[in-house]
Amino acid sequence: MIYDIIIIGGGVTGCSIARTLSKYDLKICVLEKEAEIASGTTKANSGVIHAGFASPREYVKRHMCIKGNKLYTQAVKELNFPFKRIGSFVVALEDEQIKKLEEERKKGIEDGIPDLELILDKDTILYMEPNLTEDVVGVLHAPSAGIVSPYELTFALAENASLNGVKFFRNQEVIKIKHQDYIFTVRTYKGEFQGKNLINAAGLYASQISKMLGLDYFSILPRKGEYILFDRNALQLNKVLFPMATKVSKGILVCPTLHGNTFIGPNAQNITDREDLSTTTAGLKEILEGGKKLIPNLPLRSPIRNFAGLRAVPDDYDFIIDNTDVYGFINVAGILSPGLTATFAIAEKVVDYLELLGLELKAREDYNPIRPKPDRFKDFTKEELDIKIHEDPAWGRIVCRCETIPEREIIDAIHAPVGAKTVDGIKFRCRPGMGRCQGGFCRPRVIEILARELGLPYEEITKRGEDTNILIGKTKDIALRDIPGGATRE
Amino acid sequence: MNSYEVDVVVIGGGSAGLAAAIVVKKAKLNVLILERDKELGGITLQCIHNGFGLHEFEEELTGPEYVQRFINQVKELEIPFKLDTMVIEFTAEKIVYAVNNKEGLIEIKAKAIILAMGCRERTRGAINMPGFRPAGIYTAGQAQRFVNIEGYLPGRSYVILGSGDIGMIMARRLTWEGCKVKAVVEILPYVSGLIRNQVQCLEDYGIPLITSYTVTKIHGRDRVKGVTISKVDRNFDRVIGSEKFIECDTLLLSVGLIPENELTREAGAKISEMGGPIVDNNLETTLNGVFACGNVLQVHDLVDLVTAEAKRAGLNAVEYIKSRYGKEEEEVGSIKCTSGENVGYVKPDLIPKSELEKDIIFTFRVKKPDRRIQIQFKDENNKILYKKKRRYVIPSEMLELKLNLSDLQIDTTSKKIIIEVIPRLEVLIEED
Repeated sequence: MIYDIIIIGGGVTGCSIARTLSKYDLKICVLEKEAEIASGTTKANSGVIHAGFASPREYVKRHMCIKGNKLYTQAVKELNFPFKRIGSFVVALEDEQIKKLEEERKKGIEDGIPDLELILDKDTILYMEPNLTEDVVGVLHAPSAGIVSPYELTFALAENASLNGVKFFRNQEVIKIKHQDYIFTVRTYKGEFQGKNLINAAGLYASQISKMLGLDYFSILPRKGEYILFDRNALQLNKVLFPMATKVSKGILVCPTLHGNTFIGPNAQNITDREDLSTTTAGLKEILEGGKKLIPNLPLRSPIRNFAGLRAVPDDYDFIIDNTDVYGFINVAGILSPGLTATFAIAEKVVDYLELLGLELKAREDYNPIRPKPDRFKDFTKEELDIKIHEDPAWGRIVCRCETIPEREIIDAIHAPVGAKTVDGIKFRCRPGMGRCQGGFCRPRVIEILARELGLPYEEITKRGEDTNILIGKTKDIALRDIPGGATRE
Repeated sequence: MNSYEVDVVVIGGGSAGLAAAIVVKKAKLNVLILERDKELGGITLQCIHNGFGLHEFEEELTGPEYVQRFINQVKELEIPFKLDTMVIEFTAEKIVYAVNNKEGLIEIKAKAIILAMGCRERTRGAINMPGFRPAGIYTAGQAQRFVNIEGYLPGRSYVILGSGDIGMIMARRLTWEGCKVKAVVEILPYVSGLIRNQVQCLEDYGIPLITSYTVTKIHGRDRVKGVTISKVDRNFDRVIGSEKFIECDTLLLSVGLIPENELTREAGAKISEMGGPIVDNNLETTLNGVFACGNVLQVHDLVDLVTAEAKRAGLNAVEYIKSRYGKEEEEVGSIKCTSGENVGYVKPDLIPKSELEKDIIFTFRVKKPDRRIQIQFKDENNKILYKKKRRYVIPSEMLELKLNLSDLQIDTTSKKIIIEVIPRLEVLIEED
């Protein structure tokens, strides 16, 4: 089978491109190296949809961000992922910062960012965000900014793409690419895929993929950002809160999530190891101190998780979206912030490039842009719940007590298109293990359901793929093995 | 929607909930137990070690044996219970909403509610532990469930962070299973669980207890490959250069328990800093007719004490229904109970002034161990109401005192009493 398009990378960028292309009559596949999609940068970032004023005008990413922000309105209607335009504040703590904010406001308005406003009245600011520090002297308010659940967005994109014919292959780490007679042959540890066009959306590994085709014109370096997530309801924030930006990052923000949590982070550490997702004592301290500058009453007693994500940082900090010298090979690399915001604009750009390459883009007759909103226990009224449980008892078996997740949602996550195969896959799709007990109570039951639905023994259920097994064997196995001549239990 | 009306609804069918329900039923009121798991018994079911029942039955039982006696009584008394039933909300008006897979949504109108939801374990995130996030990190109680209930082993070689009771008990349990427990690492300079567990679970099996150390790094990206432990100074800052690497494939955490009060909070009850609801001497929360007992109120070290507390909550709920339910309550003002030197928390949090004639059971814990001390109750004017000598105190043991404040001549205009644990004067002189 020769695909029209092979996309390397099942993050938000790859999935967004796949879904946009699934409108057309094309044979498409997505290759992901991990056991689940949305496993890299997509899984651990701030989830902020930026208004678009933060990057300088000479950067492509500024314009794609502004455009991408607007495209979210339609995308949410079609894909039903968690998203809310709650608006953002860039917080000035010193008078001289106001001038800079005013400049950004002016340029932003000129570039088409809606409703940007500078607020200098402290009472108004604190009315809008009562938890903000009293030291605030002014804020740049961007009502078009919002928050999204980046991995739930990606699952929605993949589900919809899959329904429209895109094939997803997981556990497919690419080791070699051959380009001969206008056909790309992509070899992975598990198999071989052939396609006429190849899109590189490999995130942190994009430069390696490009090098496999002899294109060594950019490098990608990982930049670590650490986060601390606080318990639901520990703090109620109304806005995404940014400090004044520095050269390397937008600074440590304090931000609500769509599930009622608050997080602080990220810091910015340049590292060399693309798999180093460890958090550090110094880093956690840095973000706590940063967060406290904006919100003095951070709920320090209620952290539930710390984690780190890696940004894919290109040499000149701008997106690399190129029709390369290798005919049919498109690089989509260096998609760092505001890449999540720009994701739909990036996908459109890729479509334009493919058109330039002469690919025939014929609309599919049976294309369905709608990915229905997944049923959620929490969204039902009491009356609806009663009816649902009577129709299907799996709605009445609560597996995750912290987030109130019934067995039905977990089964649905497993059997959805590109469904969950691991404990983390379940966690990111429907939240058991995301709450304050961090899976302490629900994990045994999630393993039980995964084992049953996938027809696997308990020992083969993993946290997130190969070598991350949760249980090593049955009790007495080790004890019996150690007895000379002892029996092994079947 | 199925609706019920009962006198008392008990949320939680573990050791606390069962004991409370039995007392209510014996007082001829009707009571309903709601349990989220698929059987009665709660966490005690997975505590298959011995050491239970010495106070309550004056014999030594395992956890399941202990709790089975209560389950049997529940069945003999024909107390109704619902399993696999999750309470999703209760209100100050004492309407409880729950779901299960048989009945759908259930609405229960009660005259009184007894909260007995227990506690959860503190996690890695809650203690801000840095490092990688591989498979192989579990709370001790989760590992206990895997091994004792599900029949599976989470790993082969272990480091256990925290010398809480469950951690030490799991160290022994896993050793019996042929696993290797490399060390139990404790950040404090002393063991944080009971001494008897230190002796019977660690020392008897030659498992090293490393105090004043903590895990400062987790190694391994996919599966735990080891941990780095570092010595900590008095401020719990790590001592640079003291790092040691211990190879292991599993890290268990036994770093404390948190009363589980999300429903309580949502219903509008006030919650104290330590996590349990604020209660008066009748174990009544700030919501009239809503009582709390067991680990949802305060973390206990012995299940026997949970039982005793639950019986009190049950009796008080009965008393509430018989004499106060449906009546206007007069605001009488109350005395606050607060913790002073070396006291972590005190229950009750409040004593209504109308209750001063009664015997009151105070429970509290010290923050750090001490020897030859004096427990002292005083009012806000530093008038000493009561003092008692003790040879030693340790944080792992909950202290209990039954006192009558009127007998102690408390000034009825007092606003608060302060409980403190201080060195005895003669000790100070001795040391001079």
